[in-house]
Amino acid sequence: MDGTELLARYEQMAVIRRTEKAAHDLFLHGLVKGTTHLAAGHEAIAVGTSAALREDDYVFATYRGHHHALARGATPEECLAELMSRATGLCKAKGGSMHLTKASTGMLGSYAIVGAHLPMAVGAAWSARLRGTGQIAVAFFGDGATNIGAFHEALNLAAVWKLPVLFVCENNQYMEYTPIADVTAVARPAADRAPAYGIPGDSVDGNDVVAVQEAVTRLARRARAGDGPAIVEAQTYRHFGHSRADPATYRPAEEVELWLKRDPLDLARGRLVELGVAPEAVTAADERARDVVEKAVEAAKAAPGPDPGEALTDVWADGGAAWRT
Amino acid sequence: MADVTAERAAGAREISYRDAVAEGIAREMRRDAAVVCLGEDIGEAGGVFKTTVGLREEFGPERVWDTPISEQAIVGAAMGAAMTGMRPVAEIMFSDFLACCWDYLANEIPKVRYMTGGQVTVPLVVRTANGGGLGFGAQHSQATENWALTIPGLKIAAPSTPADVIGMMAAAIRSDDPVVFFEHKGLLASKGTPPPPGHVVELGSAAVVREGADVTLVALASMVPVAVRAAELLAAEGIRAEVVDLRCLVPLDVAAVLASLARTSRLVTVEENPYQGGWGATLVSVVADEGFALLDAPVRRVAGECVPLPFADALEEQVIPTVKKVVAAVRSLAAY
Repeated sequence: MDGTELLARYEQMAVIRRTEKAAHDLFLHGLVKGTTHLAAGHEAIAVGTSAALREDDYVFATYRGHHHALARGATPEECLAELMSRATGLCKAKGGSMHLTKASTGMLGSYAIVGAHLPMAVGAAWSARLRGTGQIAVAFFGDGATNIGAFHEALNLAAVWKLPVLFVCENNQYMEYTPIADVTAVARPAADRAPAYGIPGDSVDGNDVVAVQEAVTRLARRARAGDGPAIVEAQTYRHFGHSRADPATYRPAEEVELWLKRDPLDLARGRLVELGVAPEAVTAADERARDVVEKAVEAAKAAPGPDPGEALTDVWADGGAAWRT
Repeated sequence: MADVTAERAAGAREISYRDAVAEGIAREMRRDAAVVCLGEDIGEAGGVFKTTVGLREEFGPERVWDTPISEQAIVGAAMGAAMTGMRPVAEIMFSDFLACCWDYLANEIPKVRYMTGGQVTVPLVVRTANGGGLGFGAQHSQATENWALTIPGLKIAAPSTPADVIGMMAAAIRSDDPVVFFEHKGLLASKGTPPPPGHVVELGSAAVVREGADVTLVALASMVPVAVRAAELLAAEGIRAEVVDLRCLVPLDVAAVLASLARTSRLVTVEENPYQGGWGATLVSVVADEGFALLDAPVRRVAGECVPLPFADALEEQVIPTVKKVVAAVRSLAAY
């Protein structure tokens, strides 16, 4: 990857980081309700994977999915407006933080029932194969999802039908509040399950955007060529707790410190220096990211709330909610 | 490729409910290449209930897919395919097994359009063999249509005749909304006149299958012939019962029921699902709200007993509504 390309990835990651920080601050100011599951620390997985995909590929994400929406074409303004219950939000304020979706760019949803979207991604890949489009589907999921039945059903069906789908595990080492190692029979919760389904299972440094992009590019090419699904287990760490309710005090200080030293933005910055990208160019990217997110916050704050009548729309394809004559 | 199901239907003066399922699906697969089927044993084996016989032969393995025993993967994959341009028809072998993929029917399929602000549609059909009467015991016999009724966002079809199977299958597959399609095991061997080509029964249109002026029996699926038989017996006593086949629970054709009550002023629901949480409770509550003035007598619900389905015939008939129970319920209203 050359400096120009990496700088573009870096800027995208910087936008995500700042959007997550804004979501955090807006919550503290009472402007975001419910909960959030912030992905600060996970940026390289979303950005690296997205860069390896075609524009028409499908992506399915989890309730920790802000970074995937942003990496697949949603703007910080659309995302923050959704979190702030604005009519201009991605889902018209009907979804919230856990359901960010941008179907027009193939980001087919964020799902908050752990593991449920893996079979959906399998179905999207099946559909792509039936329609002969050459598209692939990607399901992002956490380490915790590897112990739920839908994960295993999805892997088996994808393998048996040899479908163009990639399963990208964001292993942030904790299943909510519990170390994933304490509740999982294998060391690498996703990759070590791959042999059981006869598919490749690669482990990558999930904080290294270049490594993620390379791994996904290789496995996406393979999937597109008809050679079937694969697992990518990306090792990472979340900078915040599991959700708004969680200060993450269960994580040892040394461990947190170690991972913060491996911040995906810092790693990318280091690589940019190695590639000879001028420090001013990096600073300029940071400033652009800051401006975009600052403007997004202001625009979202200024946007109107939803029309109350919206509550009774969008159940059926005709736009309505009538269940009887 | 041989048009197996069509030949069978064309050559027969009558079609069974069982064959009508395959015929209904085949008609839609012929007109729309986006229709694909998936499920356990539906391809080579033609389905454990033989409701998909001939589909694999006519449409090939790229449109009729055998799956592993993975209900979550079946329905979840159907959802993903439906969101991306296909019209999948997924089979869940027994309706009791819907519980194995309930997340998709309760949390994913009915909610995704709403929670994305209308960004996606999920045009799929989940077909399933429902109900008792065949001695399959508690985990393969339950009438579960009321489970689906608890969830906003699912359409629910439950045909009672072969012609309706074909017409409602057409409407279900063409629907841009998700439809749970209950095929009744107890009706599979029943026969009826095959409908003409292009037959479509819009979802949400109940049918008056027998006219009468004294009492309205509202029934669904296998309870329709039970209600009709009861009406025949009651006629001998001078009680003229009207039988309304609801056909669908969502959309619920309340208008048809209220129109019938305007003629009869008495209501009995005939439901196979348990009294506890059964669909009749919802219907009756709407009637109480909007049709109270039409009634001249209390409403009676003849529904399944609130126990798991027992194995022995002698026990099962204590639990599932029978003609005798329906007749008794109507007689009790005749005094008003």
